[in-house]
Amino acid sequence: MTPDKRMKGSRALVAALKDEGCEVLFGFPGGVAIPFYDALYDTEDIRHVLVRHEQGAAHAADGYARATGKVGVCTSTSGPGATNLVTGIATAYLDSSPLVAITWQVRSDLIGTDAFQEADITGITMPVVKHSYLVKDTADLPQVVHEAFHIASTGRPGPVVIDIPVDVALGETVYRTQDVLDLPGYKPTTRGHIRQIRAAAKAINEAERPVLYLGGGCISSGAAPEILRLAELRRLPVATTLMALGVFPETHELSMGMLGMHGTVTANYAVHECDLLINMGARFDDRVTGKLKAFAPHAKVIHADVDPAEIGKNVRALVPIVGDVKHVAGALCKELEGMEWTPERTAAWLGRIAERKEEFPLQYEDPADGTLAPQFVIEEIDRVTGHDAVVCTDVGQHQMWATQYYTYTFPRQFISSGGLGTMGFGLPAAIGAKIGRPDAAVVDISGDGGFQMTMQELATAMSADAPVIVCILNNGYLGMVRQWQDLFWDKRYSFTDITLQPDFVKLAEAFGALGLRVAAKEEVEAALREALAAGRTAVIDFNVAQEENVLPMVPAGSEITEMIGGTSRKGRKKP
Amino acid sequence: MKHTLSILVEDKPGVLTRVAGLFARRGFNIESLAVGSSEDPRLSRITIVIDGDEHPVDQVTKQLHKLINTLKIRDLDPDNQVSAELLLVRVAGEGEKRTEVLQIAEIFKAKIVDVDRRQLTLRVVGTNDKLEALLELLRPLGVLEVVRTGAIAMARGRG
Repeated sequence: MTPDKRMKGSRALVAALKDEGCEVLFGFPGGVAIPFYDALYDTEDIRHVLVRHEQGAAHAADGYARATGKVGVCTSTSGPGATNLVTGIATAYLDSSPLVAITWQVRSDLIGTDAFQEADITGITMPVVKHSYLVKDTADLPQVVHEAFHIASTGRPGPVVIDIPVDVALGETVYRTQDVLDLPGYKPTTRGHIRQIRAAAKAINEAERPVLYLGGGCISSGAAPEILRLAELRRLPVATTLMALGVFPETHELSMGMLGMHGTVTANYAVHECDLLINMGARFDDRVTGKLKAFAPHAKVIHADVDPAEIGKNVRALVPIVGDVKHVAGALCKELEGMEWTPERTAAWLGRIAERKEEFPLQYEDPADGTLAPQFVIEEIDRVTGHDAVVCTDVGQHQMWATQYYTYTFPRQFISSGGLGTMGFGLPAAIGAKIGRPDAAVVDISGDGGFQMTMQELATAMSADAPVIVCILNNGYLGMVRQWQDLFWDKRYSFTDITLQPDFVKLAEAFGALGLRVAAKEEVEAALREALAAGRTAVIDFNVAQEENVLPMVPAGSEITEMIGGTSRKGRKKP
Repeated sequence: MKHTLSILVEDKPGVLTRVAGLFARRGFNIESLAVGSSEDPRLSRITIVIDGDEHPVDQVTKQLHKLINTLKIRDLDPDNQVSAELLLVRVAGEGEKRTEVLQIAEIFKAKIVDVDRRQLTLRVVGTNDKLEALLELLRPLGVLEVVRTGAIAMARGRG
């Protein structure tokens, strides 16, 4: 802890960050940020990672937060620096990621005058933050930092913006390690109500066709052990959302994989047929439910979430439980352990699910033209890294194949922009994840479109010595849009052809990274092994089949059993 | 059905923007909004009237609760609240019309706060229904300008 001492605002900020456990800061300096950067210059406790564009700072801090569970911190100068953070802040907001964004602001007496590099960043970000501060007095600065970290990391996590006019950094204050937070309006309910938990336990015990539907809340609350115990106690088949991949090991016999638009046949049909749907920390997003009216038509619903506003927002819950998923799942286990139950109750159901899993696996065919199947590349990444890499993605087809063909076995293993669907997220998020988990192999699975949005961050990866492996599934298209144009827009590929593109191998080399190109099946493994052993950032340009579609697919707004693709091993259409 | 929400918030910069912004962002329409200080100098009270048929009120209140500066939200019982709104209306009033305006004003206990040869300005306090009824009667006479504060309300008794 920093002892009480009179100091400049900029130094008090550094002290407060340190006391909040901030060990790394992703940022980019600018005019009004100089006093803070001056204070950082001789600080040994906080590492500063210089990005090449502020969007990269926000995504890297987010990736760091998702990989470690700690609060990610990014900083930028005023005006354009701050506005460049906005996409990253919104990304963190939609996926409930704990982020503190410190933006610098023009001098207090210039605010509102359209001063040079002035932007009303608390105003601009208001719809996409959990909370925000415009600090007016140096004396408030440490307290604001403590509150911001508390708000970002507790309850339903989310981003907090602290906007600081440069004169506040230059003013002086006595720094105190404050632990008294003044937040009378902020008291998240983390313990589920025991009466609701008992009602839920009873419903679970009586169910004949239960499904456990897991969302991102399971990861942010650290509920993996409790969830595993709960699933095993009553042999509950498990469907996860994109945000929850890894929280329940996909190698487990009860795992049905992901549900929703590109979910498995097994998971989607199980949700359609179940008599009890147990939602833990998910939010009935439209990419999961498809047509809401036809979603889980036979099911009673239990919905546990730390955010009361999610409960009843899209789907009515018979048993709503406001609380932290870790606590709720633990309490449910405790109740269930004292109740009588025999496996016969759900045996027929589990039998049906096992058969379906066997008959309707995720599958693809090798492209007729002999080109590389993108799905095969993911399978190889999975095999070569032994289900053990931290996988970051961009947004699009490669992202969905990454959810389908990599085997996730532990929480915080899969890092992807789910809610906002932000292209360009993958590389900077992977850099943040690598800095948070230096021991892990970090793979960024990207597309040729998304990669080009933030590829300048290769310079960050190199200069910060954060070796990540970028796997570009290069099909020369903005593939997911092309897929929709193929399926729903009469193959009119309007502005989705991006074949005219840089040479990604030369590009990697220009940044000092390893660049490799792979066009044949046999070369995939060797390239991955070379990249893993390289000890520096590598970019592998996988030339994959151009017009491969992600299947199965539930068209937007359809029932989740109306799937394109998803045929059986023998080609049978419907289960 | 109309719902009157009474929201207690910390008197911090931007709090009204956060509340109003939330309504805009979630697509909830505000019928009226009034804000002012409360019994505690650190807190303000906002009264918002919304159409409950259009939006589920519990979703509105839950989202409002998530704002860090919001302390308390009450969906006031329509049968057990006192509410009032202040209205200023400038109305044409020459010759015989003037007498008529004055009669209507008296019925509604409206005060004449400004007058010249051609027009009168009335000030009246009342419930939304009463103000609507008054305007209905004045309209044929020539309503020139209307200003309303929006309703403020509190629960009856000890709340």
